[in-house]
Amino acid sequence: MFIPHTKAETEEMLKSIGVCNLADLFADVPEKYRFPRLNLPSGVTEMEVLSELEDYSQANEPVSELVSFLGAGAYNHYIPAVIDSLLRRGEFYTAYTPYQPEISQGTLQAVFEFQSLISNLTGMDASNASHYDGATATAEAGVMAYHHFRGKRTRIILSPAVHPQYREVLCSYLCNYENISIETGSKEKGPFENPSELIPLIDDQTALVVVQYPDFFGRIFDYRILAEKVHENGALLAVVANPTALGLIKAPGEFGADIVVGEGQPLGIPLSYGGPYLGFFATKKDLVRKMSGRLVGETTDAQGRRGYVLTLTAREQHIRREKATSNICTNQGLMTLAATIYLSLLGRHGLKQVANLCYQKAHYAAQQISTIPGFELVNKEPFFHEFVVKCPKPVGEINRDLLDNGILGGYDLGIDYPQLKNHMLVAVTEMNSKDDIDVFVELLREAGND
Amino acid sequence: MTEPTIYELSSAGRIGVRYPESDVPAFDIPDEFIRTDLPLPELSEVDVVRHFTHLSTMNYSIDRGLYPLGSCTMKYNPKINEVTSRLPGFANIHPLQPIETVQGNLALMYNLQEQLKEISGFAAVSLQPAAGAQGEFVGVKIIRAYHQSRGDTRRTRILIPDSAHGTNPATSAMNGLEVIPIPSDSRGNVDLVKLHELCDETVAGLMLTNPNTLGVFDENVIEVIETVHKSGGLVYGDGANLNALLGITRPGDLGFDVMHFNLHKTFSTPHGGGGPGSGPVGVAPHLVDFLPAPIVSIVEEATDEVPPLYGFTIPAKTIGRVKAFCGQFGVMVRAFTYIRMHGADGLRKVSEYAVLNANYILSKIRRKYTLPYNRSYMHEFVVEGCWSDAPDVHALDVAKRLMDYDFHPPTNYFPLIVHEALMIEPTETESKQVLDKFADALLKIAEEAHSSPELLKEAPHHTPVGRLDEVKAAKELVLCCWLPDRN
Repeated sequence: MFIPHTKAETEEMLKSIGVCNLADLFADVPEKYRFPRLNLPSGVTEMEVLSELEDYSQANEPVSELVSFLGAGAYNHYIPAVIDSLLRRGEFYTAYTPYQPEISQGTLQAVFEFQSLISNLTGMDASNASHYDGATATAEAGVMAYHHFRGKRTRIILSPAVHPQYREVLCSYLCNYENISIETGSKEKGPFENPSELIPLIDDQTALVVVQYPDFFGRIFDYRILAEKVHENGALLAVVANPTALGLIKAPGEFGADIVVGEGQPLGIPLSYGGPYLGFFATKKDLVRKMSGRLVGETTDAQGRRGYVLTLTAREQHIRREKATSNICTNQGLMTLAATIYLSLLGRHGLKQVANLCYQKAHYAAQQISTIPGFELVNKEPFFHEFVVKCPKPVGEINRDLLDNGILGGYDLGIDYPQLKNHMLVAVTEMNSKDDIDVFVELLREAGND
Repeated sequence: MTEPTIYELSSAGRIGVRYPESDVPAFDIPDEFIRTDLPLPELSEVDVVRHFTHLSTMNYSIDRGLYPLGSCTMKYNPKINEVTSRLPGFANIHPLQPIETVQGNLALMYNLQEQLKEISGFAAVSLQPAAGAQGEFVGVKIIRAYHQSRGDTRRTRILIPDSAHGTNPATSAMNGLEVIPIPSDSRGNVDLVKLHELCDETVAGLMLTNPNTLGVFDENVIEVIETVHKSGGLVYGDGANLNALLGITRPGDLGFDVMHFNLHKTFSTPHGGGGPGSGPVGVAPHLVDFLPAPIVSIVEEATDEVPPLYGFTIPAKTIGRVKAFCGQFGVMVRAFTYIRMHGADGLRKVSEYAVLNANYILSKIRRKYTLPYNRSYMHEFVVEGCWSDAPDVHALDVAKRLMDYDFHPPTNYFPLIVHEALMIEPTETESKQVLDKFADALLKIAEEAHSSPELLKEAPHHTPVGRLDEVKAAKELVLCCWLPDRN
């Protein structure tokens, strides 16, 4: 299969080494624990494994066979055929991290282009080569801010409208830092507080304020005044952005973000049950050297030919060791390639078109749902492609009915916010036709009548 | 050969992909939010396909040839993995779907947890960590949480041998622990005398890579682990070198308390030019309650009529969540495919041949390259890439010259404890013929280092670019390109 040795070759190799058999190669392993009998089913052929894996996959109900209105951090977008066709080139996916630049220019230039696209999309000066996902990118923003102030500013303020799992991950990353204090919004206002309500919390001990754009509930806010207040207090502002939305709405760089992070999955990456996804991370020029993760820079060889290398590696764990601010090495390489191809292919017009389709269809859905007795569109603020609906009964119950009719309903916000029982977060993308939306609305109407 | 960037290829007005017109009534977007400037390139589909195809030809890859990077386990990535992971029933699943609609995924994850437990000898496994470094972070966080849960707050130091993986010190620092290095002894094992001296009530644990980055199995591993345990500390195993141990020994049986796996090394999932990885964590019984949440469990036992219902549970003293959603699921499908194809016998064969291949190369080149420790090696080994009678030549030159022979170079300058290190890990998927050619190239280069060192110093000669100016890259720091109208 994947081990090519013939019996004769193995014999010859053992002889060259000077041992009698394969078992002799393991003399250093304590005898008592050597060669355990593993209780695993026998290996199978390719033909059999494919059939077995097909059985597993068929025990699922994929979004492709349903009509989905589920988002909450992972979105069902169309992925043009070009992307997977190029990702399947073994020259890309069977290469390692580009430590030897002379024979890794393909990967290096693609990462350089990824950094360029993300910088341009977010309105920032520089981007790194990726983090694991949107949640860990957000956590790394917290880590970076803490180290930027050398631990002298110990407060991190999170908007309650930042993705609940991202907030959780940020806490896991930072909870062992000295004197750290991580606060989620103002207690009395609840999840729907506006960004202006974060302002009184900011002081000279604040290292970082984190908001989401559009926020977890889909709402779009102008963060300009918040950014000013953050900066007046000498702190940093991190914005968790949806990259599709940035095809339509202002870049966070325009309203004063210092760090822009986010989940790159909407950029041509399959839903794949939550991973592998892509965390992007971009900053202003003066923070570049504080950013963790790999960076690719442009340079030349002795003949003056342009080429690309991993640069500023002195910040990284393998050189700075315990003084490094992050231990990240393997990142989401192939996923950055997917996003790079997606953004290159869609370009200026395509991304705007996708974003606009999402916006239009989501607004149509919201308008139709708001006409159903018993259902209420909760937020009055402008929104992008997600919105919150208050339902006349538990979301789980409604979703079960929807599923019986081939529809994957929205996210049950009661899971993360106890005050938001019976609140559904609905996501609409270019994948949802007007007919899909009309059927969804009709089924909600019926569910309301039961 | 240089390829223009996508921004240089951009031509205003060109379209790469079309979408259907909107089929709903028009809604206005508030003016104050509208983006007026979207500086993305404009290319056709053909432009994009050719550009990335050109770029791909500038890469070395496993599909092209031997990739003997030490500690990276660059084995062949079976093509079937790419088929199974893309099955529509896996690729099109939203991470927040109700569990009743994702029983196939949950069953696969549950069975992968069970397989990894059996392979490693641990009591429980979490699949959540995104990569080896995050698995390490989780492992050390669990150790810290364990001591804290017992009110043992004095344990703020962690011991790390000088032969451990490079990420270990940063991982410990991220967990707020002070790093105490331990030297290796004359055979490349942990220095036992020093270990006994350092183990006290302030030590949270030891991070042990075994086989270590020299490629040797610690001959005193049981005593090392017992020493740490006696002082109240725990032992973390860096699973990056697990490819030497499948069916050979189980870290859980040896006494390790916690270890991460690298699915993208040991279990053949592709490295993707730098990711995605997947770094599940296994723990001994006393640490099960600390695993990151959630983990996949059977929430309703099977009956005669119905299969079990799989779902998520949250361990009682969990260290929390380290990643959104359910981990790197697509990577798990690939690893699961690989483990199913091998079974117990196949996995043992993987490690046997990985170790055979490494020792075979060593047997062919050892008369020309200095070996810092004269003993048997596991799946990788380290030699010095320099000679006292060829003073101008360094490990880097040997590495670059290997490219002229159409091989990817080994890891160089790591581990730090070997002078001018070349760290070679061929993996089990390379044939004797390939290894012979590689060994011949190394022997030829050793000769050239003495007869015509300039060949090494100026190498590589046949790559798309020559050695690149890294100082200039760091100094000028050009990290992005822009559309020509910017600035």
